[in-house]
Amino acid sequence: MDETILDAFRKNGLSRRAFLKFCAATASLLALPPAAAAAMAEKLATTLRPTVIYLSYQECTGCLESMTRSFSPTIEHLMFNNISLAFNDTLQAAAGEAAEAARKEAMRKAWGKYILIVDGAVPMGAGGAYCVAAGQSAVDDLRHAAQGAAAIIAVGTCAAFGGVPYAAPNPTGAVPVSEVVRDRPIINVSGCPPIPEVMTGVVVYYLSFGMPALDRQGRPLTFYGNTIHDRCYRRPFYDEGRFAHTFDDEGARNGWCLYELGCKGPVTYNACATLKWNQGTSFPIQSGHGCLGCSEPDFWDKGGFYRPLPAATGHWPRGEVLGGAALGGAVVGVGAAALARSRQQAAAAKSAKEVNSPPPKEDSHEH
Amino acid sequence: MSTETDLLDFARGPALEAALIILVFGMFWRLVGVLVLRRPRDLSEPRVRHAWLGGIRTIFTRMWPRREFRPRILHWEAVSYVFHFSLALVILGLLPHILLIRDITGLSWPGLPTGVITFAAGVALISLLALLAHRATHPVLRQISNFDDYFSWLLVFTPLLTGLMAYYHLGGRYEDLLAVHMLSAELLLAWLPFSKLAHTVLFLFSRGVTGTIYSRRGAQT
Ligand code: SF4
Repeated sequence: MDETILDAFRKNGLSRRAFLKFCAATASLLALPPAAAAAMAEKLATTLRPTVIYLSYQECTGCLESMTRSFSPTIEHLMFNNISLAFNDTLQAAAGEAAEAARKEAMRKAWGKYILIVDGAVPMGAGGAYCVAAGQSAVDDLRHAAQGAAAIIAVGTCAAFGGVPYAAPNPTGAVPVSEVVRDRPIINVSGCPPIPEVMTGVVVYYLSFGMPALDRQGRPLTFYGNTIHDRCYRRPFYDEGRFAHTFDDEGARNGWCLYELGCKGPVTYNACATLKWNQGTSFPIQSGHGCLGCSEPDFWDKGGFYRPLPAATGHWPRGEVLGGAALGGAVVGVGAAALARSRQQAAAAKSAKEVNSPPPKEDSHEH
Repeated sequence: MSTETDLLDFARGPALEAALIILVFGMFWRLVGVLVLRRPRDLSEPRVRHAWLGGIRTIFTRMWPRREFRPRILHWEAVSYVFHFSLALVILGLLPHILLIRDITGLSWPGLPTGVITFAAGVALISLLALLAHRATHPVLRQISNFDDYFSWLLVFTPLLTGLMAYYHLGGRYEDLLAVHMLSAELLLAWLPFSKLAHTVLFLFSRGVTGTIYSRRGAQT
């Protein structure tokens, strides 16, 4: 356990040079200046490999699937050299009681120091009964595990913001990690799933420099500082007013902007447009589909993936509601006019009476 | 969970719905209320056969000042035109606006490049400022201006400004600026029928009716 990250590199047959290369590559991934690579190397060389506990609750394992496809730093690299992954029920060989015992032991040993990675939302409904493993509900499990954690990384939109389980009508009373744990630093790494390199990059960043700068959603600014729209290669088409109107028209074939087809890039903060996916191969917009906004809270409940951003989100019957408003307005208008008419008539009658009646006395002299 | 896009969701959802209902309700109230009003019967002999034609003509002839007034007001009339045209360009030319209109009415048309729109928005803002300065300094105009004029000015100015700020990401995150932009435009829509801004619709009727009455009496309109 007392081995440093550099020791682990050496033990795994990697040279110091490989270690420095790793630091340089990670620093560039994190968009850090070259000097930061040296600082990172210095820090990691003396940092003890931290224990990492990876807990999964209401989730689909997509986040872990994504993470295992990280190419820089790779998950193997991370696990063999940077961290000591003490528990992950999907990746580990052990199962059942043996796995639980190993987890408890690892947590006890690194109590107060381990990094807790959580993916999945936490159901609070029915006393937490919707997600129970080894006789313990997710919410109790998380509360306990969080107490011994130095920091928590909430991986995926479910852990960060509630995600799919949290979507209306949220039958299980799912909540994000931040609503269960309030006294530990939490880094939200949102996305459905998050970009693999963002997940591994955040872990390495935390090991090197501690807590990263976060946006107001608790996401690292390095990766979530810009919107997809701001970095989108189709942006010039948006500015020129060239849009695909359907998924199969000339605009779509020419690769024009997908705004009209519901792209949520303008309000979505993530690194897809720059880091891309599958070793920088592509990302949804490049494949011809608008951004779903999966790294944003409540992205399931924003009125529909294919509704353009400025369109109304409410699914109210437009014709009926506005027709009713028009009718109501017309009725009030007729009423107001009728009132005005009767006043006019009353005034006319009054003035007619005044004209016909004899003039008041004091006015009776001739003029 | 409170989120950064809550405000935007509110603007795109309930606030938009409420603003549209108030707009339609209020506009029908005003319009029907005015049209159904009793007009004193004109007992004079009509001087022309189809006075309503004169009414329609007036809608157009009043679009430009009479020769006598030109030296005094033509430049401000021009500024006002610049403002109205650029505002129309911004409202009807920007694709997000068109998509919103399409969503509500089903009508749509091609959009303009955003460069054209942002330029027009800038022109509209500057001309609005000039018109406000004119209103505040002109002795007569100042006297006949009331809260309605200044508040309506503000409600037109704010969506233009926040729209530009959102586009250029000035002074905040895009989703916040967009939400503020939408909310300010919704306030404008809700205020419109009950203020002098109702001239967007009522100008046709007031000119038409005045023109009809005048031409019936043989007056030049
Ligand atoms: S495709 Fe989406 S993100 Fe890209 S420019 Fe268009 S609206 Fe923006």
